[in-house]
Amino acid sequence: MIDKIVRDMAAAMEGVKDGSTILIGGFGAAGQPDDLIEGLIEQGATDLTVVCNNAGTGRTGLARLMELGRVRKIICSFPRSAGSVVFEELYKAGKLELEIVPQGTLAERMRAAGAGIPAFFTPTAAGTQLGRGKEVREFNGRPHVMELALPGDVALVEAWEADRWGNLAYRRSGRNFNPVMAMAARLTIVQAHNIVEVGEIDPECVVTPGIFVNRVLNVKRGAPWA
Amino acid sequence: MEPWSRTQMAGRVAADIPEGWYVNLGIGIPTLVADHVPPEREVVLHSENGILGMGPAPEKGKEDWWLINAGKQPVTLHRGGSYFHHADSFAMIRGGHIDLCVLGAFEVASNGDIANWATSENDSAPAVGGAMDLAAGAKRVWVMMEHTTKDGRPKLVEKCSYPLTAMKAVSRVYTNLAVLDVTESGFVVRDLAPGVTMEHLRSVTAAPLQEGKLAA
Repeated sequence: MIDKIVRDMAAAMEGVKDGSTILIGGFGAAGQPDDLIEGLIEQGATDLTVVCNNAGTGRTGLARLMELGRVRKIICSFPRSAGSVVFEELYKAGKLELEIVPQGTLAERMRAAGAGIPAFFTPTAAGTQLGRGKEVREFNGRPHVMELALPGDVALVEAWEADRWGNLAYRRSGRNFNPVMAMAARLTIVQAHNIVEVGEIDPECVVTPGIFVNRVLNVKRGAPWA
Repeated sequence: MEPWSRTQMAGRVAADIPEGWYVNLGIGIPTLVADHVPPEREVVLHSENGILGMGPAPEKGKEDWWLINAGKQPVTLHRGGSYFHHADSFAMIRGGHIDLCVLGAFEVASNGDIANWATSENDSAPAVGGAMDLAAGAKRVWVMMEHTTKDGRPKLVEKCSYPLTAMKAVSRVYTNLAVLDVTESGFVVRDLAPGVTMEHLRSVTAAPLQEGKLAA
């Protein structure tokens, strides 16, 4: 019997190694796997590269992981947001490497990683500071920059519904980066608000098929800001 | 001289959006445009975090924090709306499916270059979000901004001095003083705010201006 549902946080986080690249889902608070981030803090892996659209707010969650000195590098599109105090402090002090990636390129680099595409060309960032140093080729008379796939060792994902096969459905704008991150990592760990029987999610409505998922942890149902 | 207010600018932009367009409104002043599209005109708003058919902010007390826009504010969904993941959302943008993106900007050049994401080459911590994808990918990019900076420097220029967001992307600019098209031969003035003369407009613009056929 396939059963990807894990008992507790320790089982969810087992084997996450120092030096890993961790993909963290969410856009703002919606779809952000808060419990798993807490679990990673507890688990202790360090020297991490974190891929996440934002760079944490306040002093909890991702910001706490960074404040503890566990993040070597962050890859994101929008690190600066209301309350991104820890990021600002560490960045100014030179204690954090930053790679800024246009949001669509960020999503596509992970999708490409999940789809076995090592690199692709896009007009996004051509002729800009973020296109510097990248291979440029002209297609249809327009310059395009080459972007590399961005695979993760681990993805932390939040879903609304999951079954023991790891099939996932999301909730409203909580979907965001979660499905592409689930595809792009070798070990995809999901926190799900609801565990349902296999077959209960309408096959037409499965957004992430279980093939992309390794572990599922049931978390307390709650609103994103709770 | 009566420069347009931000609300009037938003109304001016909304008036030019036909039924059936899929539109992404950038964070900031462009979001005001949504309030000026007449409810009977079906214009579908896109939010890059995975929403088509985005509706207005909910009533106070009815916020659903699972449903936020790209500015992370609670929104609603119109009938016929849909949710999708980030790669699909940006495929809509980068694949040229979005009819129009309205952005704010620091500078727009007469060849359509836009600078709207960083104010210096070494910003303490730059943040780009979806700006470069939108500027490079949407079918049309219109800019909505004040004609000059707070201290009176022109924002319409021959060449951007701030770091570029995208090259040759902008096709129209709505400012508090005028509406201008970006053409092969530079800026062409299409409309002027009440009492604004071409002479005045030239004095606050750092690029040549051609007088176009003015809007009625």
